[in-house]
Amino acid sequence: MPTRTLLVIAGIVLAIPIVLPLLVGTYARRDPELAGIPFFFWYQFLLVIVSVAFTTVAYRLVIKHETERRAHERSEREGGVR
Amino acid sequence: MNDIDVVAFVIFLFFFGLVTVLGFLASRWRRAPNLDNLDEWGLGGRNFGTFVAWFLIGGDIYTAYTFIAVPALLYAGSAIGFFAVPYTIILYPIIFIFLPRLWSVSHRNRYVTPADFVQGRFDSKALAFAVAFTGILATLPYIALQLVGIQAVLDVIGLGGAEDASWFVKDLPLFIAFALLAAYTYASGLRAPALIAFVKDTLIYIVIIVAVIYLPTQLGGWGGIIDAAESTFNAFNSDNDLTAGEPGSKSLIPGGASHWAYASLTLGSALALFMYPHSITAVLSTKNRNIIRRNAALLPAYSFLLGLLALLGLAAVAAGVQAENAQLAIPLLFEQEFPSWFAGVAFAAIAIGAFVPAAIMSIAAANLWTRNIYKMLINPQATDADEARQSKIASLLVKAGALVFVLALPNEFAINLQLLGGIWILQTLPAIVIGLYTRWMHRYALLAGWAVGMFWGTLAAYNTPTLADPESHFGGSFAPLTVFGVELSTNPIYFGLTALVINLVVCVLGTLILRSANVSRGTDETHPSDYHADAGDPGVEEELGVFKTPSA
Repeated sequence: MPTRTLLVIAGIVLAIPIVLPLLVGTYARRDPELAGIPFFFWYQFLLVIVSVAFTTVAYRLVIKHETERRAHERSEREGGVR
Repeated sequence: MNDIDVVAFVIFLFFFGLVTVLGFLASRWRRAPNLDNLDEWGLGGRNFGTFVAWFLIGGDIYTAYTFIAVPALLYAGSAIGFFAVPYTIILYPIIFIFLPRLWSVSHRNRYVTPADFVQGRFDSKALAFAVAFTGILATLPYIALQLVGIQAVLDVIGLGGAEDASWFVKDLPLFIAFALLAAYTYASGLRAPALIAFVKDTLIYIVIIVAVIYLPTQLGGWGGIIDAAESTFNAFNSDNDLTAGEPGSKSLIPGGASHWAYASLTLGSALALFMYPHSITAVLSTKNRNIIRRNAALLPAYSFLLGLLALLGLAAVAAGVQAENAQLAIPLLFEQEFPSWFAGVAFAAIAIGAFVPAAIMSIAAANLWTRNIYKMLINPQATDADEARQSKIASLLVKAGALVFVLALPNEFAINLQLLGGIWILQTLPAIVIGLYTRWMHRYALLAGWAVGMFWGTLAAYNTPTLADPESHFGGSFAPLTVFGVELSTNPIYFGLTALVINLVVCVLGTLILRSANVSRGTDETHPSDYHADAGDPGVEEELGVFKTPSA
């Protein structure tokens, strides 16, 4: 049986873009400004990009896990026939 | 404001006429032998390719919510309004986690609605009915929000009638627009919004891109817009003797007391969105389970544009737009800052952008009625033609129900309508989402939790007046956390989330009691392997039709 390690890592990677936007106290402030735009706004736009990056990583991990799981299941089935 | 801007009006009318004609012609598009069965009427014959599906899903994202409701909050100095951005950020990781399981179990067992899944998993018609009923109910205020968006545009064009006109004359243009929408949805089914979506998305992308690039150059850049908005808000606060953070004061960034409201609105809205019947249908129609995950990684790009659109609310403040009704801020901004012809294009984009989701939502709710209430409980022997007729009539009734919400509830802030729907739809989460992972919860405990959550959430919203009128009801969706008379926190929290927690507590306690009393838990017709199945695996249906009869 392939390990579930990949899935656990994917879960942690996904939890980050869920938890960060919920910690409102960490970003509901004015400074540091970026080109005159308060931190509150530009940070949340930055989070959009962070979310895309982390979700993409999680996607690759989950696909890798599923490929391994399916390969394992196939070999089990064929082993059983023999 | 009641003078009709002729050029804008003519352009608006042109596009409006165009989509109306398209809506009726849609019944001939990819024509089917007859429309008298539900797969044809309700799912467009199920042969929409990826390209059409992309337009349909875009229709779910850019609605009156994005163009009218969210910017209205920022315009009015309610900093909480920007929660729409983190909401769409956390939405996608959440989708990534649980929707592939729902896809798999649905395609293995031919489930088309969340109520189908709940019925199969928990073997309880009552629970499935509760889920279906909630789906329909929660869709009504969401459609109502779209109508408020159309109303705002009609008002700014000058079609709203004079202030002293009777309510009927005042809302007559809305009724006419609405009757046309209902008529072509009735005639063409899902084909109508699918075809109109092409016009809608083209218009919307042009308008968004022009607005977010051109407007800042006229108003001193985004930095300048934000500074100007902030000084306007500060001036308002000192004129009215308010300190920032007090109720009624205006601010740019949420103060300490509203952090909880901001976070709970974010989480509550994200959990709610994919419980809605119209979005679940869209997800289940994808070809394999990993398409959902791939999209979850790509879709946040939309959040970026959503954020810029939200900031247009501040641009309206910076541009000195004076709107009594905050909902009019964006249409007024376009009228003021652009030549009439472009304002007409923008008005058409906003109105059509509200029509498409309103049509899709009403069809999804109608399908739910026919499949999970009419066929399951009232007439199990219904023929294909009966089903199509039921759905068509239900789609009209759903729209009429939405109209009641528009006319009866305060719509000072249309976003409250969507948040009210969210309070209700969130109560189906324990049965659907937790049900995807475990069958530990007892079916009757889930039902009890649902009932208590619905009751508490509705009551809490009913007891919240608008700021302007302490006697009014349904005026807001968050308040200091008070549960059945006990104040737990002075920080305002979204009712939807509190109701969900109460719901879960009842579910857990009820399960413990029912299990120790050995009350029957019913039979689970799903198998653990169903939750990982993918396209190509044995027993996985490629396409799901609402009324595809399961083969034996």
